[in-house]
Amino acid sequence: MFMGFSAELLARFQFAFTVSFHIIFPAFSIGLASYLAMLEGLWLWKKDPIYLRLFNFWKVPFAVTFGMGVVSGIVMSYQFGTNWAVFSDRAGPVIGPLMGYEVLTAFFLEAGFLGIMLFGLNRVGPRLHFVATLMVAIGTLISATWILSANSWMHTPQGFSIAENGQFVPEDWWAIIFNPSFPYRLTHMVLAAYLTTAFMVGATGAYHLLRDRTNRQARIMFSMAMWMAVIVTPLQIVAGDLHGLNTLEYQPAKVAAMEGHYKTHEGGAPLILFGIPDDENQEIRNTIEIPRLGSLILTHSLDGEVLGLDAFPEDERPPAAIIFWTFRIMVAIGFAMLGVGLWSLWRRWRGKLFEDRLLHRAVLLMGPSGFLAVLAGWFTTEIGRQPFTVYGYMRTSESLSPVDAPAVGTSLIAFIIVYFIVFGAGTFYLFRLMRRPPDADDHELDKGPTRTAGITPGPHQDTPLESGHGA
Amino acid sequence: MELDLAFIWAGLIAFAVLAYVVLDGFDLGVGILFPFFPEAHDRDVMTNSVAPVWDGNETWLVLGGGGLMAVFPLVYATVLPALYMPIILMLLGLVFRGVAFEFRWRTNRWRTVWDWGFTIGSMIAAFMQGIALGALVQGIRIENRAYAGDWWDWLTPFSLLTGLAVVVGYALLGACWLNLKTTGELQAHARRIAMATGVGTLGLIGVVSLWTPFINTLYFERWFAFPQAFFSALVPAMLAVCAFGLWHGLTRDKHLQPFLAALGLFILSFVGLGVSFYPYIVPGSLTIAEAAAPESSMAFLLVGAVVLIPVILAYTGYAYWVFRGKIDPEEGYH
Ligand code: HDD
Ligand code: HEM
Ligand code: HEM
Repeated sequence: MFMGFSAELLARFQFAFTVSFHIIFPAFSIGLASYLAMLEGLWLWKKDPIYLRLFNFWKVPFAVTFGMGVVSGIVMSYQFGTNWAVFSDRAGPVIGPLMGYEVLTAFFLEAGFLGIMLFGLNRVGPRLHFVATLMVAIGTLISATWILSANSWMHTPQGFSIAENGQFVPEDWWAIIFNPSFPYRLTHMVLAAYLTTAFMVGATGAYHLLRDRTNRQARIMFSMAMWMAVIVTPLQIVAGDLHGLNTLEYQPAKVAAMEGHYKTHEGGAPLILFGIPDDENQEIRNTIEIPRLGSLILTHSLDGEVLGLDAFPEDERPPAAIIFWTFRIMVAIGFAMLGVGLWSLWRRWRGKLFEDRLLHRAVLLMGPSGFLAVLAGWFTTEIGRQPFTVYGYMRTSESLSPVDAPAVGTSLIAFIIVYFIVFGAGTFYLFRLMRRPPDADDHELDKGPTRTAGITPGPHQDTPLESGHGA
Repeated sequence: MELDLAFIWAGLIAFAVLAYVVLDGFDLGVGILFPFFPEAHDRDVMTNSVAPVWDGNETWLVLGGGGLMAVFPLVYATVLPALYMPIILMLLGLVFRGVAFEFRWRTNRWRTVWDWGFTIGSMIAAFMQGIALGALVQGIRIENRAYAGDWWDWLTPFSLLTGLAVVVGYALLGACWLNLKTTGELQAHARRIAMATGVGTLGLIGVVSLWTPFINTLYFERWFAFPQAFFSALVPAMLAVCAFGLWHGLTRDKHLQPFLAALGLFILSFVGLGVSFYPYIVPGSLTIAEAAAPESSMAFLLVGAVVLIPVILAYTGYAYWVFRGKIDPEEGYH
């Protein structure tokens, strides 16, 4: 015990805390890497230096985000061993090779070309440099693929047998990698990263438009971001719906908790919009509900049966109190994003996209919404898997290392302090970088390794390729 | 067949760890040496010399850890809890030094703070890696597939000594790297530091080597029984060659030779360790064969590793080649 908490609970807090910080950075860097590749491609294709300037503008926040993603990720990969040793010993033969492939196919690719992407434009020329940017962007996507395959396997495990020593023994790698929830989770997460980035880029554009609506770089940013919002949000909502149906098939208890159904509804379940879930008494109070809509969404029939938590043994029910809310936050943000997207489409059609200050303010406000939705979504997914780590086969309580609560508690406090200092400062620098007016002369603090590698031969990194300041 | 896979993998993991040690060793070393270069301008040049490559260097650590979980999950699941504190401190150290590359350029007022973060983070990471090594050499108690020792078992005079040895050794690599990549006064200073840390590294290697055989009879028999004793003589002889190469290169103002000689010192020490450990992977507790994952795991990942590691080495080599040559100290200042 440490301050009244068991080692298990502390290890869970620690995992949730460190991974929640980590996922914030990939959610932005996956999207930004693709956006940077897009900008550089446009520059090479259209030969308009404004795209190179936009590239250079976003390159610096990308470098800062990526650095924070790397260091927080390394913590994650060791935490399985320090805190979840029994899980690592038993599930390592399945999870480990997937993460091993992630290192071999993605992390090295990103890291190998990152240096050239950030510092090497003048050393390798525009074409090879574009290849490097593409490699980094592809690397982030490959990385997402493997890690989400590993995570999805923990939700919908298959393709293994269990050995005498308790280890999961891989029998069919194809079945393991392409486990039933993987395609849905991968699609939903990659779209989430793109949306998160779109709203950050859009908010940055909106901020600069509010100061100077003629700024050409701000206009391009804003316009590109709003196209993404219009196109990707509907896709994301469809993907989310399909993901939910898939979950209903494989983890019905999770869906019951998300929907706040403690009791099974035989003749048509309502859709509970709001309510106060109470895990202790296994009931939901003060609900606002729409009759039968729940059945319609989940079973596509007005009187389909929807299982409640009471259909599952008591020690296999996930807690509903948190995920009922996190699920609603995510969905609400999804629809808010859709609304903003449609609004921008209408203003664009009227030729007022860069004039509507209310729209700009709304997008500015929505800037961090993607991060919130991503966190809410992951909390729903992961807490909904409880009380298992490998769904149906291995419990969280069996997964823990033989460590004492004070050890876990002390390191948890250390992580909290260090993360808030380091990533707090990083977030501050990110905001400051995005606040720079995009067409001003080089800001003093843009220098440093990302702009001027300072390595012979080769002249200064930016100026020769960029002529004058347009816009 | 199963046996063979496990041994191939033990070799590959050893390679990943060695690659990590020498590559991240020099950039951690540059961080450790920061206090000896108080000039802001020198520090800019120093960070610029490693900025394009540090991430790739650190990825070998992820391969070592991730690979261990995949092919020797029992080692991963017993060694990491045993080294709980050193590992967590190493990770926190790496957090500080990793962000410092970017953060120090993003602020004027706080630059000194991130410079200290860079130094202290590098030192802690290096020291904890050395402690982890020492604790591993001393052995780890395992019962029923789980770590069975205490929270503080890793802390001994021997592990403190290996911690110090790794810090000094990384500083040597860092100094030789600066000797290779910089010019002028900065380079001259780096050369002097390389000389001092070279002497320190050799001394510490000597003390650790003399101490090790007395920790566990296993090592004693390995090094002093015939016919291995022949090998025991060979490693010190080759160490002496590297030491001469280092001294010769530094006094004759050669740029690449000292770095290669320092790498040689690390590689030889690593080989010496491998000889001591074999056939154990956790000395005294787990052999390579005992700790191996199911064959289907090892085979699946090996297919990828055999194809991808050469590719990785090729493009990593290319990235180093792109940034070859000396850093121009005037650049980055407009
Ligand atoms: C959807 C994507 C995604 C998810 C769910 C995770 N990560 Fe991650 N991770 C990435 C996407 C990513 C990335 C985009 O590839 C990063 C972010 C920034 C970066 O540098 O690479 C990264 C970096 C990163 C690194 C540093 C790589 C390097 O040295 O370059 C490690 C070791 C991990 N991650 C490990 C993990 C672990 C153990 C996770 C599970 C708990 C995890 N990540 C979840
Ligand atoms: C990156 C996005 C992720 C987020 C935000 C996230 C979030 C969480 C949270 C909040 C918990 C705690 C649940 C609880 O204890 O009630 C948890 C548990 C867990 N997650 Fe994830 N997770 C993510 C990705 C992953 C991935 C990719 C894996 C594996 C490959 C993973 C493996 C685990 C394990 C082993 C646990 C069990 C420990 C525990 O119950 O706390 N997670 N995660
Ligand atoms: C409004 C439409 C949406 C629906 C119907 C929806 C549905 C879902 C469902 C059912 C899950 C849980 C999957 C599981 O059972 O494990 C989930 C998870 C998740 N959601 Fe959403 N979602 C929506 C919008 C969004 C938005 C806008 C974002 C982010 C920008 C987002 C990000 C996530 C993430 C990161 C996860 C966790 C990873 C995963 O399991 O895929 N979602 N979503």
